[in-house]
Amino acid sequence: MSEESTFTLDGRKVPFRDGQTIMAAALAAGVYIPHLCFNPEFPPHGSCRVCLVKVNGRMQASCTAPAMAGQVVQSETEEIREIRRGILQMLFVEGNHVCPACEKSGACQLQAVAYYVGMLAPHYTHFYPRRPVDASHPDALLDFNRCILCELCVRASRDVDGKNVFAVQGRGIKAHLVVNTPSGKLGATDFSLSDKAAQVCPTGTILSKHSGYEIPIGQRLYDRKPINVVGDVAALAVSKGGRRHD
Amino acid sequence: MIESKLKVATCSLCGCFGCHMSLLDLDERLFDLAEKIEFDRSPLTDIKELGECDIGIIEGGIANVENVHTLLEFRARCKVLIAMGACAISGGVPAMRNQYELKDCLEESYTRGTGLVDAQIPNDPEIPLLLDQVHPIHEVVKIDYFLPGCPPSADAIWTFVSQLLAGQPITLPYTQIHYD
Amino acid sequence: MMESSALIQTIRDIVQRHNKMPTRLLQILREVQDSLTWLSAEAINAVAGELGISPDKVRSVATFYSFLYTEPHGSYDILFSDNITDRMLGNRELLHYLSERLGVEINSTRKDGLVSVGTTSCTGMCDQGPAALVNGYALTRLTKPRLDRIVGLVNAKTPLEQWPREFFEVVSHIHRADILLGRHFADGAALRAVLKRGPDAIVEEMVKSGLRGQGGAGFKSAAKWISCRNAPGEVKYVVCNADEGEPGTFKDRVLMQDFADLVFEGMTVCGRVIGARQGFVYLRGEYRYMVDALKATLQSRREAGLLGEAILGDPGFSFDIDIHLGAGAYVCGEESALIESLEGKHGVPRIRPPFPTTHGYLNQPTVVNNVETFASAAKIAVQGGDWFASRGTAESKGTKLLSLSGDCERPGIYEYPFGVTVRQVLEDCGAKNPQGIQMAGPAGHMISEKLFDRRICFEDLATGGSFMVFDHSRDILDGIRNFAHFFVHESCGFCTPCRVGTSLMRDLVDKVHTGHGTRADLEEMRKLGQIMRVGSHCGLGQTAPNPVLDSLDQFPESYERRLRSTAFEPAFDMNAALEQARWLTGRTDPDAYLDEEILQGAMP
Repeated sequence: MSEESTFTLDGRKVPFRDGQTIMAAALAAGVYIPHLCFNPEFPPHGSCRVCLVKVNGRMQASCTAPAMAGQVVQSETEEIREIRRGILQMLFVEGNHVCPACEKSGACQLQAVAYYVGMLAPHYTHFYPRRPVDASHPDALLDFNRCILCELCVRASRDVDGKNVFAVQGRGIKAHLVVNTPSGKLGATDFSLSDKAAQVCPTGTILSKHSGYEIPIGQRLYDRKPINVVGDVAALAVSKGGRRHD
Repeated sequence: MIESKLKVATCSLCGCFGCHMSLLDLDERLFDLAEKIEFDRSPLTDIKELGECDIGIIEGGIANVENVHTLLEFRARCKVLIAMGACAISGGVPAMRNQYELKDCLEESYTRGTGLVDAQIPNDPEIPLLLDQVHPIHEVVKIDYFLPGCPPSADAIWTFVSQLLAGQPITLPYTQIHYD
Repeated sequence: MMESSALIQTIRDIVQRHNKMPTRLLQILREVQDSLTWLSAEAINAVAGELGISPDKVRSVATFYSFLYTEPHGSYDILFSDNITDRMLGNRELLHYLSERLGVEINSTRKDGLVSVGTTSCTGMCDQGPAALVNGYALTRLTKPRLDRIVGLVNAKTPLEQWPREFFEVVSHIHRADILLGRHFADGAALRAVLKRGPDAIVEEMVKSGLRGQGGAGFKSAAKWISCRNAPGEVKYVVCNADEGEPGTFKDRVLMQDFADLVFEGMTVCGRVIGARQGFVYLRGEYRYMVDALKATLQSRREAGLLGEAILGDPGFSFDIDIHLGAGAYVCGEESALIESLEGKHGVPRIRPPFPTTHGYLNQPTVVNNVETFASAAKIAVQGGDWFASRGTAESKGTKLLSLSGDCERPGIYEYPFGVTVRQVLEDCGAKNPQGIQMAGPAGHMISEKLFDRRICFEDLATGGSFMVFDHSRDILDGIRNFAHFFVHESCGFCTPCRVGTSLMRDLVDKVHTGHGTRADLEEMRKLGQIMRVGSHCGLGQTAPNPVLDSLDQFPESYERRLRSTAFEPAFDMNAALEQARWLTGRTDPDAYLDEEILQGAMP
């Protein structure tokens, strides 16, 4: 076995294997770096930019930056927290994130990461886009107002479920999630709640129809403990307040 | 040393008064608070005229002309202005009407009901005119502090007010930061 | 609308012509749209069916490129170039004039479906604007009389081939030539050199030359070639980046129009050096007008034994070049987005590393170089690296083509050895009374008079070639606003800081430009710009805040004279926000308005 290489993350030595990203190595070492579009079960995407870290003085997304021996990586500095807050705030004003009216509140990764980075308000001017809700599927509800374009459902449906139910279309601020049917309706697809795509959304865009508010507000996944302690909602079993079907 | 009490005003704009209910949930801590502050205009005092204040606490977003006037007055008279709760911070539930044209909202409410006679959209000058969208208050005036929650818990309000009155930076413990 | 069976036959023929290759998707969609004027759901499904790919893949491409339309569109599609240089030449007035004369709203299609009028990002005709595109073909030097004639031609449904040729005339204004544009080049000379001396010697000359990427990034070209040459892989590719999208740049247009042989020769040399048999020119959609001429040049090179199988009779030297046309996406100038587009996909920049030299087109080792870089490489192969390196500065060897536009007497192309001062350039082009320069386009830097003695080279002011002059009669903020809108239009939408940040920045610039901004908004711009700069996925988002951040430092007065004295102003027009309610209720009483005095009186 070759000698293990390491880099330092906020002063702590983190070992890594060849080809590992900073995020993957940190995760394996039990160090949390906030993220949204990253899910360890999928190849990195690098779109949300919440996992930015400073690598040898230069800002990079930790989910795509290869780990290299001797790197000095900073993550939990006030400078980086402020940038992460800014990015979260952008996501909050871009869509319509009405937490008090969302079933996912309290078990939402977007919200939990925002708590983690200390976001108290969305700060920017709200876009209030007009986006549809799709209730055509017998078991699932799609609320496009909450989509942050992480493309996890797109990737899961295409690469794991083999169904290719979702896609992103358009460019720039007009980029948006769609359902791949002529009608654009989820009800016209073979999407099922047991699909991987139903379990990976970091927001409340994809919801189950037949259960709601079973766990009261105040006792939900991230209500008592932060996401760096609890873990990602997509990684936790439904019985524990997460999304994963066992 | 005798300190003069800080003057605090509160109001609810386009909100549900839930944040004010949470304020009342301070329960016995209200007595401690009363040692340090004096309420000016507030639904709790029923004082209608806003005086010069040290702190203004705003619940609710901006939905109509009256909200705008009240908010501008608070900004002009209060040294420190605080956005309290989801509606003040992001428009909250009332801002869900931003998904629709104002025309559709008003017609749905006033002209499409069953059994209506001579149905029309109210146009009495006494009724504050609606803005086409509901906005959070930081889009209209400068806000100094944000206290999220729907409503923020009494504990969060207490932490916030205690730190503010003590002149400390605001650091809410994890369990007191909530958007719901 | 075409009959369903006819539509399918049309599409089948087009797809067949492209050998049913999904990598040709963008080219196929362009041709389908040429036949049908827009891409209906039926057309998209038919293309997907013929190619055997999922309709969503086709739709994601169709909805990404701004020259592809998924809504009904006019048979004549007229798009005014809307760069700040076009605006300086009065394009807005012409746009409104044409829209009135044609009876069509701007950004829409006339009711009879005959014509659409709108705007597009810079079309690269800054030295001969105001410019436009009609069905993708460049129109230059627009005037009202010319527009009158265009109105007549459109209404008479005259085919474009019968429009007067002078409408489409594109002139190469070369005002200063140096080693690249000035010296005669014998076609085939570089190929003979590489055959005679061998690829290793050519690589050595490239190293000696110090040539750096002329698109503006300045990466050492030899390092790219060597990395690609050493990369494992049987199949390698050469890609020429002719997606010259940086507003204010048009030097690649001149090179492709007048020096195509030189560029193709540079690509062929590169192919020989790295071991590639296939090259692509990714030509921006705005330069569609030159496609036929370029194809003819390629054909004559094949006939002359300079391209294709057994070049110069050497059976071991085969290389061919294909031309891909873009469709209106600035982001495709980023090399990995360009490769995605070349593969027939929407142009979202890839995660790097890996870099194209090891994982490029179809994941194979690929060299992507700018047009000017290939042209320089061809000359270096013949004349040697030392010859090239004898010009320029320590870190920037050779020469640079600058595209001059804006307020100067002689806009056009100027070739200088690296290291020339801004002041010298301004003198040569006849810029009277210059106030500031937008160097290297909106993504570059805005500089004021106090920096005119700085030098154009990688150690000082790096540029891809755009050089837009603003004289003292101009409002710098007009330019900044134009650029802020440009980036909103061109953001690909992949990453958060660019997708959302460009819109937030545009709104802040608009707020200040319309006289509603305060000092707090300027501070906000700086903070937002910083997040975009350090947080974005690719160069587009990282450089998008540059015009604002630079001008805040260089031209603070253009902001300050517009600021309110108040500490804070609302983010939206509150009185306008009451308009709907006033209309619905018919109220006109004083309480139905939020006028300025009320708002101002209450502001601290």
